[in-house]
Amino acid sequence: METIILFAPLVGAILCGFGWKIIGETAAMWVATGLLFLAAILSWVVFLTFDPTAHPGGHYTVSILRWIESGSLSTDWAIRMDRLTAIMLIVVTTVSALVHLYSFGYMAHDDNWREGEVYRPRFFAYLSFFTFAMLMLVTADNLVQMFFGWEGVGVASYLLIGFYYRKPSANAAAIKAFVVNRVGDFGFALGIFGLFFLVDSINFSDVFAAAPTLAETQLSFLWTTWNAAELIAFLLFIGAMGKSAQLILHTWLPDAMEGPTPVSALIHAATMVTAGVFLVCRMSPIMEFAPHATAFITVLGATTAFFAATVGLVQTDIKRVIAYSTCSQLGYMFVAAGVGLYSAAMFHLFTHAFFKAMLFLGAGSVIHAMHHEQDMMNYGGLRKKIPYTFWAMMIGTLAITGVGIPLTYIGFAGFLSKDAIIEGAYAGGSSYGFWLLVVAAAMTSFYSWRLIFLTFFGAPRGDKHTHEHAHESPMVMLIPLAVLALGAVFSGMVWKKDFFGHTNEVAAFYGIPYEEAGAHGEGHGDGEAKADAGHGEAKDGKGGKGGHHYVFAGQPGEGALYIAPDNTVLDDAHEVPKWVKVAPFVAMLLGFALSWLFYIVNPSLPGRLAENQRPLYLFLKNKWYFDELYDAIFVKPLIGVGRFFWRKGDGNVIDGTINGVAMGIIPFFTRLAGRAQSGYIFTYAFWMVVGIAVLITWMTIGGGAE
Amino acid sequence: MDNLLSIVTFTPALAALILALFLRGDDKAAQQNAKWAALFATTVTFLISLAILANFDPADTGFQFVEEGEWLLGLKYKMGVDGISVLFVMLTTFIMPLVILASWDVTHRVKEYMIAFLLLETLMLGVFMALDLVLFYLFFEAGLIPMFLIIGIWGGKDRIYASFKFFLYTFLGSVLMLVAMVAMYVDAGTTDIERLLTHQFGSESFSLLGVQIVGGMQTLMWLAFFASFAVKMPMWPVHTWLPDAHVQAPTAGSVVLASILLKMGGYGFLRFSLPMFPVGSEVMGPLVLWLSAIAIVYTSLVALVQEDMKKLIAYSSVAHMGFVTMGIFAANQQGIDGAIFQMISHGFISGALFLCVGVIYDRMHTREIDAYGGLVNRMPAYALIFMLFTMANVGLPGTSGFIGEFLTLMAVFQVNTWVAAVATSGVIFSAAYALWLYRRVVFGDLIKESLKTITDMSRRERAIFAPLVVATIFFGVYPAPILDTIGPSVAALVGQYETALAQAEAALQLASN
Repeated sequence: METIILFAPLVGAILCGFGWKIIGETAAMWVATGLLFLAAILSWVVFLTFDPTAHPGGHYTVSILRWIESGSLSTDWAIRMDRLTAIMLIVVTTVSALVHLYSFGYMAHDDNWREGEVYRPRFFAYLSFFTFAMLMLVTADNLVQMFFGWEGVGVASYLLIGFYYRKPSANAAAIKAFVVNRVGDFGFALGIFGLFFLVDSINFSDVFAAAPTLAETQLSFLWTTWNAAELIAFLLFIGAMGKSAQLILHTWLPDAMEGPTPVSALIHAATMVTAGVFLVCRMSPIMEFAPHATAFITVLGATTAFFAATVGLVQTDIKRVIAYSTCSQLGYMFVAAGVGLYSAAMFHLFTHAFFKAMLFLGAGSVIHAMHHEQDMMNYGGLRKKIPYTFWAMMIGTLAITGVGIPLTYIGFAGFLSKDAIIEGAYAGGSSYGFWLLVVAAAMTSFYSWRLIFLTFFGAPRGDKHTHEHAHESPMVMLIPLAVLALGAVFSGMVWKKDFFGHTNEVAAFYGIPYEEAGAHGEGHGDGEAKADAGHGEAKDGKGGKGGHHYVFAGQPGEGALYIAPDNTVLDDAHEVPKWVKVAPFVAMLLGFALSWLFYIVNPSLPGRLAENQRPLYLFLKNKWYFDELYDAIFVKPLIGVGRFFWRKGDGNVIDGTINGVAMGIIPFFTRLAGRAQSGYIFTYAFWMVVGIAVLITWMTIGGGAE
Repeated sequence: MDNLLSIVTFTPALAALILALFLRGDDKAAQQNAKWAALFATTVTFLISLAILANFDPADTGFQFVEEGEWLLGLKYKMGVDGISVLFVMLTTFIMPLVILASWDVTHRVKEYMIAFLLLETLMLGVFMALDLVLFYLFFEAGLIPMFLIIGIWGGKDRIYASFKFFLYTFLGSVLMLVAMVAMYVDAGTTDIERLLTHQFGSESFSLLGVQIVGGMQTLMWLAFFASFAVKMPMWPVHTWLPDAHVQAPTAGSVVLASILLKMGGYGFLRFSLPMFPVGSEVMGPLVLWLSAIAIVYTSLVALVQEDMKKLIAYSSVAHMGFVTMGIFAANQQGIDGAIFQMISHGFISGALFLCVGVIYDRMHTREIDAYGGLVNRMPAYALIFMLFTMANVGLPGTSGFIGEFLTLMAVFQVNTWVAAVATSGVIFSAAYALWLYRRVVFGDLIKESLKTITDMSRRERAIFAPLVVATIFFGVYPAPILDTIGPSVAALVGQYETALAQAEAALQLASN
């Protein structure tokens, strides 16, 4: 069944991309979509029926084909099925199937193409191919296969960002996405090489089993000696930074919005960009032994969450706002992974996929209605014109801003997963992470509501004609929105226990061995009693260790995640002070109130503020000038260096020297150069014959060939 | 068949002879006959060579299908293949029919053109099969003559300059190699490569003109061979002949040059430098690794600023050959497996890329990147194929381009992490120049008036690309046929190399005690 899930999208891509000439456009698109729905349904079956306890170590492997074998290196094409894979399967196939369906409506008429040009089968084939590559990534049982998926989604993303190939901006964005991702891949690849060097294998099972040894190994890399686990964790995270658009390597994501909106929903919101988070969670056995690398992940994630949120505050392109929002939310996930709360990172990945895909598809519906106008300054008052889209966007916004009832587990998806991360950051001892995430939560709320207010409320702005013709989207576009809305509302509440419950619940979900606290060791009686009394006031992290019913007790590689026995962030997160639990909610209200003030009560306020704080406004509007900075310190100098190498290095130095030597020492050649071409060819032949003659003579003198 | 190798090697030469003797006239019919005869001969050669592959036993790490005999002046004729050379033979016979097919539109001195290519095939096959030093040298050097002629007669405007440069470089290298070969014969008393492989050349350090030569004789001989092979590869900084040669060569010439001729250097390193001069390789290895890493970054950056498509791909070839030399002198299983794989795969990919340039050159008669743009609008099939090979060129996993790069980088990481890090950064630059080229040629709107009537690929052109597409994807997904074939021989090579080093080490210890 896993094999069918994996290959159905590939078959769909091939049939659709190459077969449309035979079976017709519409049929080809339905074939791709149908196969994707098949994969999605089977994925849900796998997810719901997967029982980690039925398999040793909580996973099983399906081998498909031999791949690279060289000496002690041996890798197969294979599927590693465990809980992590199962989660990713449903995320990827569900969103992808819905996006396929949605695209029937969204791509039906596209002004970027001329009369009679066939573009839809190509679009569907790319989408299906992307899905296949993404499934390869998440089902991989070794790092090279993961790298295959990793690069495969990169190519699909490149093709889809540059889908409108006549637009120079789309082409530039596509190349930028691919190249920036390659910078990340540079780190990822070095991480793989390092692991092979250390472990002599790059299959997950072997790597995980070797993790404790790595923690005690020193590796000399570049200028100094490193702790092996730290170095590997760090190098792999560089790959994650590229794919998941974390700070430093984030610049490609906003530009990627050049692609058609369904692409943004599928690739640049729900699936591909979360691959980095998935990688960090997948490598949890290494991460658990790399405290410095994970501290770095936490700091970088929190900084990204904050940075992207600030930029999101002032963008006016509806898709760019959501893009920065994605960047920011990914930062949240990394904070969770960084403090060791992998299950919460996966939780937010899971819920975010639903509500962010929905926001993007909703934005697509708005854009569709407004004839491809993307500037929110030209929207306004669309609530009545496109009511279903409005409600979908409302649900998405309620989910992302984290609306729910404080101190309970009732709320929209984001309420549960985002708050879990913020509590985890506090419990994990990262006050930097905690405060930045809370501030980012306020900003998230502000820009999300700003988007709603600017788009759906107030008076219509911009081209009157466009507003008059604004129309609700067809059913094929609304149905995916409705399905995703279900996820945005309920996915948090339904699966909260599994992702962010108590140790035993989470352990059972992921197939991690666990045992009762105090099963071994001393003096847990006190803690047990306290825990029995319910969740009393939290102690600080260290003292609270006794306060747990259960502790994780697996070895690296047992279960889909490895959580070291001394990692108690999960239980600590449940016992943080009440003010910590309420903080994100308050931040959310604050953001909403400000947004309301700025865009409903007093719409002239934003303009005046931008006037007064001009430098700050420009700084944010220009995305902290990262693009300009990179252009100045990387792109231009490298092209200059290339030109220098070519003209001066190859031209003057190398050719100059060689020609000089040749012309100087053997002036004979100078004359040769001027002659007809046959001249020196035969001279060359002559010299060769002379050479052979010398050799033969030598041998004859030396006494024959033997 | 006892002399299978000779049959494969000399079938093209026989065809060339028949063409030379019996084909008269230069009218349309005669030209057509020459083309068909060449296509027939190369195809038959390929089909016969399949028998080599079918009967080849990978588990046997010695030479197979060995033929021995006497010829001129008591010189020995000895041919044979092992796991290291057999796939180069296959690559050559596989590429040549495609090359002939790609030359279908040649109109200038067609008979001579076909004869040159047929002779070239014989000589290239001879290089990969020769098991006698003199024979090897003969094939190795003589192979350049048809190539000179191809560039010199059927080449572009500056063909004289290009072939002169080519000549200068190769000549200097060859002279040194010849001297080393004489020295080898003096030392070992034989020109039999099989026996030379087991001969231990002196490795005691000595001082020459006041310079301490670590590794002694071996290092000197290694350097002499290096001079020749490094030019052929070509390695930085003796690569500058290649862009010029490529630019001036006709499409088919470029394909042969990139797909097969460049592999002679790599093959030479594997056949001579590494096994015969292990101590020399050990001493000079770090230098090669660094030259390779520099080549990868340097030429990738240079490729970024090229305005001529063929030059860009030529520089990209130099970068890819950097992975090969790096893998070879990492001197472990992954490195050498990767290097051979990279050479085979580069044969498909760079050959296809030069063919891609040829397709539009035939239509527009310019290689200037700026003359194109928006081809996808009128040439969707071309766009698809060019995209595939662009991605293969940047080493996308799932194409054969990935496996060689990945293995060689993985190998060099075990030897020197600095080199590994510098070389790995090449994956960033290769993506940049390859996609930037593709974007300028294929994407965008089709605005230029001259391109408005350009036509998509013909059936013949598609037929040329089809086998290359299949090979690139098939070996990317399932590299086992290649890795299984070369694996045992490479393992033996690495084993001998390490043993030899250990012995030399022990001898040194003994001497110092």
